[in-house]
Amino acid sequence: MTGALGAALPLVPFLCSLLGFLLRPTSRFAGGFYGITGALAALIIAIVLALRVDGLVQTSHEVANFGSLEVTFGVRLNSAAAIVAIAVGVVALAVQVYSTSYLRDDDRYAPYAAQVSLFTAAMLLVVVAGDLVMLLVGWEVMGICSYLLIGHDRRLPEAPGAAVKAFLVTRVGDIGFLLGIVILGVRAGSFRISDVLAPGVLDPTTVTVVCLLLLAGVAGKSAQFPLHTWLPDAMAGPTPISALIHAATMVAAGVYVVTRLFPLFLSSSVALDVLAVMAAVTMLLGALAATAQDDIKRVLAWSTVSQLAYMMGALAVGAEAAALFHLLTHAAFKALLFLSAGAVIHSVGTNLMSRMGGLRKGMPVTFWCTTVGLGALVGLPPLAGFWSKDEILHVAVEGSGWRAIVVYVAGIVTVFVTAFYASRMWLRTFFGEARTADAAHPHDPPRLMAWPVVLLAVPSALLGFTALIPGFAQALGAPAGESFVVGPEVMVPVVWVALGVAAAWWAWRHRPADDPARVLGPLQPVFANAFYLDAVQDALVVRPVTALARTVRRLDESLVDGAVEATGRGTLSLGAVVASVHRAGLPRAVSAVLGGAAILGLAAVAIVGVWP
Amino acid sequence: MMHPVIPYVIAALLFGLGAYGVLTRRNAVLLLMAVELMLNAVNLVLVTADTTVRAALPYTGGVFALFIIVLAAAEVGVGLAVVLQLYRLRRSVQVDELPLADAGPYAGADDDDPLPVGASR
Amino acid sequence: MTTADVLMLALGAVAVGSAAAVVATRHVVRAGLWLVVALGAIAGLYLVLTAELVAWVQVLIYVGAVVVLLLFAVMLTRAPIGASADLDRSRWPGLLIGGGSGLGLAALLVDAYHWSTVEPTSVGTAEVIGTQVFRAWVLPFEVLSVLLLAALVGAIVVSRPDVGVRR
Repeated sequence: MTGALGAALPLVPFLCSLLGFLLRPTSRFAGGFYGITGALAALIIAIVLALRVDGLVQTSHEVANFGSLEVTFGVRLNSAAAIVAIAVGVVALAVQVYSTSYLRDDDRYAPYAAQVSLFTAAMLLVVVAGDLVMLLVGWEVMGICSYLLIGHDRRLPEAPGAAVKAFLVTRVGDIGFLLGIVILGVRAGSFRISDVLAPGVLDPTTVTVVCLLLLAGVAGKSAQFPLHTWLPDAMAGPTPISALIHAATMVAAGVYVVTRLFPLFLSSSVALDVLAVMAAVTMLLGALAATAQDDIKRVLAWSTVSQLAYMMGALAVGAEAAALFHLLTHAAFKALLFLSAGAVIHSVGTNLMSRMGGLRKGMPVTFWCTTVGLGALVGLPPLAGFWSKDEILHVAVEGSGWRAIVVYVAGIVTVFVTAFYASRMWLRTFFGEARTADAAHPHDPPRLMAWPVVLLAVPSALLGFTALIPGFAQALGAPAGESFVVGPEVMVPVVWVALGVAAAWWAWRHRPADDPARVLGPLQPVFANAFYLDAVQDALVVRPVTALARTVRRLDESLVDGAVEATGRGTLSLGAVVASVHRAGLPRAVSAVLGGAAILGLAAVAIVGVWP
Repeated sequence: MMHPVIPYVIAALLFGLGAYGVLTRRNAVLLLMAVELMLNAVNLVLVTADTTVRAALPYTGGVFALFIIVLAAAEVGVGLAVVLQLYRLRRSVQVDELPLADAGPYAGADDDDPLPVGASR
Repeated sequence: MTTADVLMLALGAVAVGSAAAVVATRHVVRAGLWLVVALGAIAGLYLVLTAELVAWVQVLIYVGAVVVLLLFAVMLTRAPIGASADLDRSRWPGLLIGGGSGLGLAALLVDAYHWSTVEPTSVGTAEVIGTQVFRAWVLPFEVLSVLLLAALVGAIVVSRPDVGVRR
């Protein structure tokens, strides 16, 4: 029964998405209905599963047998999977409800809602998959949905480019991911996760190679350095999509996959080293880039990059439960922040913070919800982010080895920078004087947009207290006996938070109309362009690949096509030559006939011999 | 009593002269005359063979020669009709000045239109 | 050398000589007339070879009809009266092939027959040849008459004035 429920978890939204694709694009009501129904059903099933699952539940049905290799469909459910599924369901439902109002002017709403349902199904497939091939299927379908949804608004000139960029950059990572899964399945003899994780099946070199390859895919999907460049540009998609895919769920899928295969990663110190370095670099990169962005969604995008690095850092020091906990709280508060940002954008009509200001009075609900979200983001006690982030730092400080030190130091510095950019965003958007006419008359969003925001504010504020529930940490995969309590060392990050907020407030105080990031001085454009990494990527990867593609195309057209066409043309010209020879005038033809006859006669006489 | 080699050799020489005439003459009518020479050479061989070859059916050579004469007459009739029609069209009967009507079915073809001229799509 | 041999040599010389004139002369009309001489000499050769019917049919049809037709064609195609210099193409292919085939055949036949003799016993009169035609060779005879009919019809069709006119 639990297994069947687990299989139903991705199937129900999938069916709703299929029904949604069959609708006419303009049918808003039916599209929204299917979308909300799918998300609601998924959420209910996830809650039921969370209540029923105790320990590990696995099912598998064989689908293909290639002799030494089996491909199975099956689910692998534990409490962590069920809880993550609940998070996915909640955010998906909030986004579906929010979208009906945010996209009310959209003329292609039905496919949009269907794609969101399809995405939800794919994410849930990744969550429950018991077989690596199924996980890969869900992984790839998420990628395609992300592409489709980023490019949804065809009137935006930057949307198609952003969609392609997202798809291609994650694709680069997905190649490694695919190779990793293939090697894993072939070496282990089966693609079932339980078989792959069985001890003694794989030798250490294979494990390290596989983990590094999988990390490539994880880095791509979770926007870690160096495959992070797609996430800020993906903000060209509609804001609810940014909330769902690029904050709460798809980008978290990378973290989730690592936790699923965590025993493999734990046994490979090289992979954990790489993970730690990647996490530290990305943490700082994301936070510093967020300090100088003008677009409110880009601030949140870089913030997501940085927070995901926190989860990666937790994984690098071996604390999968802390990583999952931060994943859950991040899902709540980041989705909240994106949806509120959507409300702000909807009211003011622009993404740019330089055109906002003083919105606090006109949109109080949004203001308070954003405050809760930002508080959770920086780790303000007692909001959710405080508990999860400090748990990560706690594990890092308790850990041994250089990995823990690197993660801890990077984490602390990032706490400071996070506080700075979050306060900067808060102050510039909601305080001071309105800087443009549009910002002068803000209003709170309509009900269908406001209710999901308010509802998400609840877990952003209170989810942290679940750390106090006994057994919660075990449900997320911590070894027995540990729990999410925090000790006195929690004061260190809180101090840094206070310092960061104070720094931003001090920079803002005297000149409210100016950007507090101006204190960065000459570093401001560097941070705003994210250390020009996009240009580096363009020069190192995009240009050579494009040049290679052009060369290959020219070779194909001139050599391959040319060979084929030359065959045709050559045959035709040969035929024309033969035809012209045939087109002999009478004298030449007669000469040929008589000459041929004479020669044949001579040959006959010579061969046969002269008769007596 | 006679030596059959004499008419045979005469026939061979006539054949060679006729072949020379066919290959050399430019006027179509003169060419037909040379063809007649060749046919007559063959007739001579056949008639001579009547005397040298003991065939199951007597006078076969002569009968064949008659048939060839009839065929030659028919051929000259049709051939001259063609020559006259040619003269009507081109005002000349020089056989090496006959331009071929067109350059062939694939002459107008190129990459965009590779089908032969007149082919239906 | 019997009488028959001498006659054959003489007639043969006439035939070959006038044939050479047919293919070499520069007057178109004279070529036709030389053709008459050549065909007549060949008819004489037939007579010496005791093939009477063939000889007279040769004179009737070849000399009487075919050559007349050829001369008509010469006139109707406005062949140049008098010598014209451009009647011949390049001579070498003709010399090579014609000479080669003629001399080659002659050598072949000489090699085959040497100086053997034959005694022509029966004369190919109309009666005997007619018997052969209407007994053993009646089918080809009938087919030949159909062929003649087809040739006549074909000649009429080909010489229609609207054949080949392209609009």
